[in-house]
Amino acid sequence: MEQADKAGIEAEGLVREFKNGPRAVDGIDLRVAPGEIYGFLGPNGAGKSTTVLMLTTLLPPTAGTARVAGFDIVREGGEVRGAIGAALQEAALDPLLTGREHMRLQTALHGLPKAERGERSVELLARVGLSEAADRKVGQYSGGMKRRLDLALALAHRPRILFLDEPTTGLDIQSRTALWDEVAGLAKEGVTVFLTTQYLEEADALADRVGIIDHGKIVAEGTPAELKAEIGRPTVEAVPHDLDDQARVAEALRPFGEESGATKRGGAAVRLEGGESQLADVVRALDAAGLAIEQLQLHAPSLDDVFLAKTGRSLEGAGEGEPGSEEMEAVGVP
Amino acid sequence: MSAHTTQVGQLARRSVLRTLRQPGQIVPALIFPLFLLAVNSGGLKDATNLPGFPTSSYLTFALAVPFMQGALFSVMNAGTDLARDIETGFLNRLALTPLRGAALLGGLLAGAIVLGLVQAATYLLVGLLAGAELAAGVGGALVIVVLSVSITVAFGTLGLFVALRSGTAEAVQGMFPLFFVLLFLSSMALPLELLQTDWFHTVASINPVSYLLQAFRSLLIEGWNLGELALGFAIAAAIGAIGMTAATAALKTRLVRT
Amino acid sequence: MSRKVALAVAWRSIHIFLTNPAFLAPGILFPLFFFTAFAGGLSAISSAPGFDFPSGYTAFQFVFVLLQSAAFGGVFTGFGIARDFETGFAQRYLLAARDRRGIVAGYALAALARALITWTVLTAVALVAGMQVGGDGVELLGLYGLAVLVNLTATLWAAGVAMRVRSIQGGPLMQFPVFLILFLAPVYVPLDLLSGWIHAVASVNPVTALLEAGRGFISGDPTVVALAFAIAVALPLLFSLWARGGLRRAEAAG
Repeated sequence: MEQADKAGIEAEGLVREFKNGPRAVDGIDLRVAPGEIYGFLGPNGAGKSTTVLMLTTLLPPTAGTARVAGFDIVREGGEVRGAIGAALQEAALDPLLTGREHMRLQTALHGLPKAERGERSVELLARVGLSEAADRKVGQYSGGMKRRLDLALALAHRPRILFLDEPTTGLDIQSRTALWDEVAGLAKEGVTVFLTTQYLEEADALADRVGIIDHGKIVAEGTPAELKAEIGRPTVEAVPHDLDDQARVAEALRPFGEESGATKRGGAAVRLEGGESQLADVVRALDAAGLAIEQLQLHAPSLDDVFLAKTGRSLEGAGEGEPGSEEMEAVGVP
Repeated sequence: MSAHTTQVGQLARRSVLRTLRQPGQIVPALIFPLFLLAVNSGGLKDATNLPGFPTSSYLTFALAVPFMQGALFSVMNAGTDLARDIETGFLNRLALTPLRGAALLGGLLAGAIVLGLVQAATYLLVGLLAGAELAAGVGGALVIVVLSVSITVAFGTLGLFVALRSGTAEAVQGMFPLFFVLLFLSSMALPLELLQTDWFHTVASINPVSYLLQAFRSLLIEGWNLGELALGFAIAAAIGAIGMTAATAALKTRLVRT
Repeated sequence: MSRKVALAVAWRSIHIFLTNPAFLAPGILFPLFFFTAFAGGLSAISSAPGFDFPSGYTAFQFVFVLLQSAAFGGVFTGFGIARDFETGFAQRYLLAARDRRGIVAGYALAALARALITWTVLTAVALVAGMQVGGDGVELLGLYGLAVLVNLTATLWAAGVAMRVRSIQGGPLMQFPVFLILFLAPVYVPLDLLSGWIHAVASVNPVTALLEAGRGFISGDPTVVALAFAIAVALPLLFSLWARGGLRRAEAAG
């Protein structure tokens, strides 16, 4: 493997096996260029967090190699940790300390000179909008505030690479959008961001490139546009005027493609095998069946369609518990 | 100041802050042992009439016990704090810094030291005000505090070990009965020589807690008995060494980072 | 309807502790341990001048440990109730039960069931340890009858706290007063061998009468029976009002 750039990530054949379970990560190859936002998308239990834990040196891989910021994750763990910041799945904060005290602790532990610690703390707390709450105990923070503090702590020592493990899970729309803006801003400053998520729109909105993982393997990789273009099938959704006609609508749409899971109440939807050009035929078929339609919509392919095409399942509702989760807990991985 | 010292210092600072910000940890650790001291010294006064009882003041005899009970609270508090760090993922946050394992353990015990100091000073002051004797005088008071802190820290390492091994606060709390038993099956209420029931006497005689109690009592009742004092410190050191070794090994497994 | 609710609630609690040893074991082991420590470690006290208990120190301490286990059994039940509120399970009961008093009754039944298991083990161990029993069947029934009433009192106390606080943080609040009232009584020696402030406090402590009556029953020399039962019956009546108030608070909180 060539020496990766000092702000890039490379993995080859990365595997993590747990004692009594299937492989949580089953041979992952990936390459993240410096300054890129890489979205790692998959359902619960796909192996996202396990991958992050390996790349951040908190879990040794069973097989395979990886270099983060140019350092080998197994042999040069200390150097990797010096170059990365991570906000893991749990906010991992101490409810008895204030935001400012967290920053002081984090900057000190990373070896920032005393003179710089206060300044850096103030700067980061302001950046994430926590200046006013800085002297309140974290136990009083909302979920969004905790996530923002988590991000600030991950940035304390000016890392070149940032790992974010499901950073917006459980947040309201406003907090989520604010965090997205922050991540986009970081990427503009040249920070490489490795982001795991189970939210399609997050990967779509933020990521330069997306890797879709399922059952420990990457099943698709590329820019969101490339991946969707590969599938190329739009979805048509029809909602009848009389909700009792739903079954008839579904019947009428059936010849045009596979049923799509995402519909409004009382509607039916299919992925059009023949693409947008079939729309006229769809309208004719609905008309021939004597159906009065309230709404007819054409949706461009989504990452969920990509996932479905690659795995045969929809991303939404596809999750399970992460394999080997008990073993993970046994070695101190929450 | 070296990076290592800074790490220990910062973690120690956090440990102390957390302890002071949890009155629920401090108050029972102070009040409970004193309450039992009051009850037992009132209820077992007649024990001083037994032939061979070393003092005419049961309060003086019983004053050794709160120091051991305080050590018990230290096991729970230090262990629970660390277990919570593991459960919340805070330990992972610390693992991502250049932090060394020994620094983590050392820093965590700082809170135990502070609590130990507060406990020792409180028990001694209240006991003396209530009329307990201190044969070894002012010097003895200082040695009592040092001994108490040593024992608190030693037992604290056991709490850290349980936390690292189990990873849950519940498991640490579950240890309470075990240490409680250790305290009761000792010369807690009566001197070894006056324990009539054979099996109880045997168990109490091999229980290190009996000798820790005796170290305190030597200062309170006799004055300066260097042999008993040395034995008490040696036992505290041994428990601390075992606990620290076990905790360090458990930490290596818990912080599996590369 | 209330009976059905009570039985259903009791069934669940009993099922939980029978299938999860971690819930049953402490309630049995702790009293056993106290009994061993007190009876074994303090037996020399019975040689103190004026200590005159016909059935020996083991029986003397057995009565205390029996009543203590009854009281703490009630407190542990309170922990369970608090946990149910914290996890939201109690809301399931509140929604389903038409007569909600049955919920409290159910918890109390479960507490009693657990206590009976504890007392069986404790009594067996005490007898194997050579405890002398001077009382006859009726007197022993009186002893265990007192224990049942103490258990009920403690359960109602703890339930009242649990339903007001609705969180396991209420644990110390349930536990500490019970501990206090138990230990400010003639635990180690009879009342007439206590002196000073502890004698004054123990003299007015209702637990003292229960202990003295219990010790009288076990030694076959009943004493202060009427007073003890008057107290033992009055306390659960009093605390049933406390528990009912707690239930109302819980209902109001939704």
